[in-house]
Amino acid sequence: MTTFDDAPGGRLRNLFRTTAFKLSVAYLLVFATCALAALGYVAWNASRVLDDQMVSTIEAEINGLSEQYKVGGLRRLIAAVERRAGEPGASLYLVTNAAGERLVGNIAALPTGLIVDPGQTEADYARNGGSQSLDHRAIMQIFVLPGGFRLLVGRDVEERDRLRSVIGRTFGSSVGLVVVLGVVGAWFIASRVLKRVDAMTETTRRIMAGDLDGRLAVAGNGDELDRLARNLNAMLERIGELMRGLRDVSDNIAHDLKTPLTRLRNRAEEALRSAESPEALRTALEGVIEESDGLIRVFNALLMIARLEGPSAREEFQVFDVGAVVQAVAELYEPLASEHGLALAVVTEGDPLTLRGSRELVGQAVANLVDNAVKYAGPDGEIRVSAVRTGDTLRLSVSDSGPGIPSDARGRVLDRFVRLEEARSQPGFGLGLSLVNAVVRLHQGILSLEDHAPGLSVVITLPAGDAGG
Amino acid sequence: MNVTGQGGFVIPGEPLSLRPMRLLIIEDDREAVAYLVKAFREAGHIADHASDGLDGYAMAQEGDYDVLIVDRMLPKLDGLSLIRSLREQGVTTSVLILSALGQVDDRVKGLRAGGDDYLPKPYAFSELLARTEVLARRRAGSGAAAEATAYRVGDLELDRLSHRVTRAGQEIVLQPREFRLLEYLMRHAGQVVTRTMLLEHVWDYHFDPQTNVIDVHVSRLRAKVDKDFEHPIIHTVRGTGYVLRVDEGRGNGTAP
Repeated sequence: MTTFDDAPGGRLRNLFRTTAFKLSVAYLLVFATCALAALGYVAWNASRVLDDQMVSTIEAEINGLSEQYKVGGLRRLIAAVERRAGEPGASLYLVTNAAGERLVGNIAALPTGLIVDPGQTEADYARNGGSQSLDHRAIMQIFVLPGGFRLLVGRDVEERDRLRSVIGRTFGSSVGLVVVLGVVGAWFIASRVLKRVDAMTETTRRIMAGDLDGRLAVAGNGDELDRLARNLNAMLERIGELMRGLRDVSDNIAHDLKTPLTRLRNRAEEALRSAESPEALRTALEGVIEESDGLIRVFNALLMIARLEGPSAREEFQVFDVGAVVQAVAELYEPLASEHGLALAVVTEGDPLTLRGSRELVGQAVANLVDNAVKYAGPDGEIRVSAVRTGDTLRLSVSDSGPGIPSDARGRVLDRFVRLEEARSQPGFGLGLSLVNAVVRLHQGILSLEDHAPGLSVVITLPAGDAGG
Repeated sequence: MNVTGQGGFVIPGEPLSLRPMRLLIIEDDREAVAYLVKAFREAGHIADHASDGLDGYAMAQEGDYDVLIVDRMLPKLDGLSLIRSLREQGVTTSVLILSALGQVDDRVKGLRAGGDDYLPKPYAFSELLARTEVLARRRAGSGAAAEATAYRVGDLELDRLSHRVTRAGQEIVLQPREFRLLEYLMRHAGQVVTRTMLLEHVWDYHFDPQTNVIDVHVSRLRAKVDKDFEHPIIHTVRGTGYVLRVDEGRGNGTAP
């Protein structure tokens, strides 16, 4: 089905281009940043707490040792250090002379010169019983004792570092998890949206290619895409209607204007070729004018139908008396009907017989119907024109006693220009009923053809004018 | 044709050949203008023309015309604005609008802008001539005919108040619509009135009567007004419409 690039690369590129994807990435970035900040804060705090703890442990040791020193001097201090250094644990002790040589303690080596400066520091060291390389690290506090002796109390940071690295690993893996989850979520959301948009794109592509009956799928959950699809569908519906109207009009123009145009041309040509007297030319010219008048009538009717189906046709609507219109039209046609040997009866019932619309157009519609009835009623027949109001409905009808229209042909009659075979001999352009239909539709009514047994009843059902308007 | 006024009667109509119309045609299609000017001159009238809205506006303000014939779509100033501006300036010259837009609402817009009549294109010249003459007459003071209470043409008399019609003293009984038809014909006696003009003024509809409905009405009227008399008063103008006039040979009238 798809004609555009459907290769995985293309799809991926499409995915990157989607708004959903871009939004997801943006959210992911914000989320990851927040997570990083929060985790970082926690890790930093944890390590600070650990450091604090170590420092206070060291301080406690120092307090203890300084007690020993106060009580028993250097000797007692050394004894205490020796005892404590022998115990297992993370505590480190060292007593040196002024030259920095070790007197007692569990530290084998220190960076050169470190022991000279008193105060707190963090440095590498070597442990007793291990290699001489400085492969351990500790926080240390160095004191200078009377006589240049140095006391170092420290605490190995291996535990803290292990904890730190655990925090770091956790930190890294949780950020990774957040990113992975975000990417998966973004891909999921984006591809879901993308799929629907793709479907919409595909449908519109088909519609553009000429399948005007195609409609966008509506998921039914009422989300933005659904609303968009619904509106687009409504728009397509309207465009389709207009297109059909236009196509009908152009078909009809081609169909039924060409015939009289050809006749017109033939007449003129014929006159040029064979007319010998001025009288013959005159007759031919009169024929040409008559023919063009007919053409103008068809043209006017077509334009009028098009206009009635357009947007501004309701501008001049007002409330008027349909009963009076029906009476007037009947009265207009009465002499013509009686010349054809037809009786013309008018019935008006209900009050008020008012309609909101165009008096002129409704009058013309009724006149068209009566005109048709006069043509088709047949000799010695009867025409009945009625306007009856029932509740909020107006029913206008024009019935004749003619041959009627077979029920299967009734729908076709409403189409522009269609005239039934039997009626070909009668004058008229076949536009009458379609014009009436356009007027009726403009007034939100329904035009129907019913069996008058015998004859045809053309019925217009309209909403009455005084009720809502 | 001639008519004599006496008593309370207003006798409408006068030989048109005596008083040619002065017309201004405002239309930008040169061919149409040439055709109209020629046709109006042949009919014995004087026709000037302007080819855009502004020229037309200036000429209409300065010149003394009986009727302005204005196309709706004009360069520089469109027809309806032109008419509106003229009316605002107090120019009351009758205006006939010619337009390719022939639907009901177009007509309403045209008349609302200050036009006196509206003729959709394409039109028959005879229709345009008939309508222009009616407008010119209305302006030429015989507009009084519209307010007159009674008309007389030859021996045919019509009283608008009592709704009585007599010919040579004999009463003629007419249906209300026949009365209005005759009234309109008499008001415009001596002038050609077309079928669409009759449909407009007697029935107040503006569509094109496709069949000969109007003719049947006129022939009914004719049967009542002319049948028993030697000289017919209602005449058919071939291809155009009707004219009410007293024919040659009658005591008081010669037709042109």
